[in-house]
Amino acid sequence: MSGGLYLNVAVSGLLTGLIYGLSALGLSVIFGVIRIVNFAHGEMMVLGMFATLVLFRALGIDPLLSLPLVAAALFAFGYLLQDLMVRRVAHLADHMQFLLMASVAVMLISVCLMMFGPDAQNAQVSYGFDSFAIGPLLVDKVRVYAGIAALIVSGLLFAFFHYTPTGKAIRACGDNYTGALVVGLNVRRLYALTFGIGTACLGAAGAIMLLLVDVHPYLGPSYTLLAFIIVIIGGMGSLPGALLGGMLIGVSEALAGVILQPSLKSAFSFGLLILVLLVRPQGLLGKVSR
Amino acid sequence: MIARVIESASPRALALLAVVTAALLIAPYLVDSYVLSVLIIVLYFAYVGQAWNLMLGFAGQLSLGHALFVSLGAYTSAALFIKFGVPPVIGIFAAIAMAVVAGCLIGYLGFRFSIRGVYFALLTIAFAEFTGIIVDHISWLGASSGLFLPVKNQQSNDLLNLRGSPTMFYYVILALTGFAFALCSWLLNSKLGLYWQAIREDQEAAEASGVPLFRYKMIAVAISSGLTGIGGVWYAFYYNNLFPETMFKTSQSVEIILGSVVGGVGTLFGPILGAFVLTPLGEILTAATDGMHLDGVKSFFWGFCVAAIVLFRPQGLWPWIYDVLGLAPKKEGKR
Repeated sequence: MSGGLYLNVAVSGLLTGLIYGLSALGLSVIFGVIRIVNFAHGEMMVLGMFATLVLFRALGIDPLLSLPLVAAALFAFGYLLQDLMVRRVAHLADHMQFLLMASVAVMLISVCLMMFGPDAQNAQVSYGFDSFAIGPLLVDKVRVYAGIAALIVSGLLFAFFHYTPTGKAIRACGDNYTGALVVGLNVRRLYALTFGIGTACLGAAGAIMLLLVDVHPYLGPSYTLLAFIIVIIGGMGSLPGALLGGMLIGVSEALAGVILQPSLKSAFSFGLLILVLLVRPQGLLGKVSR
Repeated sequence: MIARVIESASPRALALLAVVTAALLIAPYLVDSYVLSVLIIVLYFAYVGQAWNLMLGFAGQLSLGHALFVSLGAYTSAALFIKFGVPPVIGIFAAIAMAVVAGCLIGYLGFRFSIRGVYFALLTIAFAEFTGIIVDHISWLGASSGLFLPVKNQQSNDLLNLRGSPTMFYYVILALTGFAFALCSWLLNSKLGLYWQAIREDQEAAEASGVPLFRYKMIAVAISSGLTGIGGVWYAFYYNNLFPETMFKTSQSVEIILGSVVGGVGTLFGPILGAFVLTPLGEILTAATDGMHLDGVKSFFWGFCVAAIVLFRPQGLWPWIYDVLGLAPKKEGKR
């Protein structure tokens, strides 16, 4: 019986982990190309969750259907943020970039607080309590849909970076900045596109996440830390690494929550992070740079 | 040493320093209790900011987990006082030891395994958050319901037990700030400080010139974490309550570094100036948005101001004010 319990927990953790992975992709894309750590990561995801909530409440659109809209809105936000603000601190030291992104995070929290108040809110969909039964396995319907949606968006992202000219150009900027300038790529525009794509991932992840959790303005920092852990474990800048890291953290958090205590699950993740930083600082699938 | 500093400074800078020092010394007799409480917070952030600045501004190592050292200092001295009746004047040594051990552990792991830059900063965050979750589960330390110091309404100031009036806490934190300032200005011009600055400017070049990187980076972390731990002792006895979900958080670390960055990283006056700008700014915003019943307005403007400083004064406010007030000594040119 307890074996079945662990299997159930592991599968639902795996599906949640796919969403974590998608959100971590957003962080990884931005760091891999622009070399900026987005410390407002979680807050942008929360922004996406609130946007989804508004569409659900006002127009009754299912979170999974409003996903493209929210992703597009966050794309525009990220594009403008990079082109108007982040670009200007590219030459500054790490701590100045950190502080700029942290102040963006504070402003985003404040805006959410002003518009939606401090209470936790959710989007209750009609299929919220249904579940699929496969043999002894019992999985929530929302979690399955959420996991599949996260996989599709991640797949689209891989296809974009590997098969489209723009995607290849962005990867070229990330691999060799000077080289990209020399061959005449419009690096400024490509950087803005990259930041936009990164935040669009967060919009998509936020829309999907709203199916599983309640949203409130102070949710951001925990998602930021979670994404850091995932990206470092998977390897900064590695897209498959982010997805793998997400699944690993999703499963281990879910199991730690059952075996130890729910409140200790993030201690487990931080422990895993410290271990990976020491044993394999480039991450599981990361390349050794320089 | 002091003679050398006085010789090298311009008369205008010395006059300003004298006026500010005198004003701070007599402040409790001039201002009301509200302004005094703001000044106390200003000086606390000036002190811990100075301690943090030593690590990044002098030695070039970015820590985003200094909340860990404040919290370890606070929890160690508070637990010794509550559980065993050890006065903070003795407990402070245990507090320093705890903070330095934690700092050296992070430093050892980070520098030995050559984890640099952003990754090192993330390692410091990870250790702070990790320790916070562990303390959150130690019921002996109050776990998530917090650790409280007994508050007695007493008339006299007891310096050995750090129990007394706000004025006493004001002078204690003022003395600490003065001590940290003197220590940092001495260190900055010492051989040690020169080694640190060499590492900060170019680690490879410093190593090639024979600076033992590991040893000097470890010394920087040890001094910085120890000083921050002392700040934690003061914090515990001033506020009388400690909660893991606020103490160990990254937001607490951000508050510690904010003053230094706004004032000017790597300068001696930057952390002090930054604290004097930011804390009153927060208080003014609170007063201005008081009647508006709008959550978040204050923090929005706060974030806006910080972003503006990063974008338009990336070197911090101090180098700018230094020029505007003409504090540079005439003969030698700009420092």
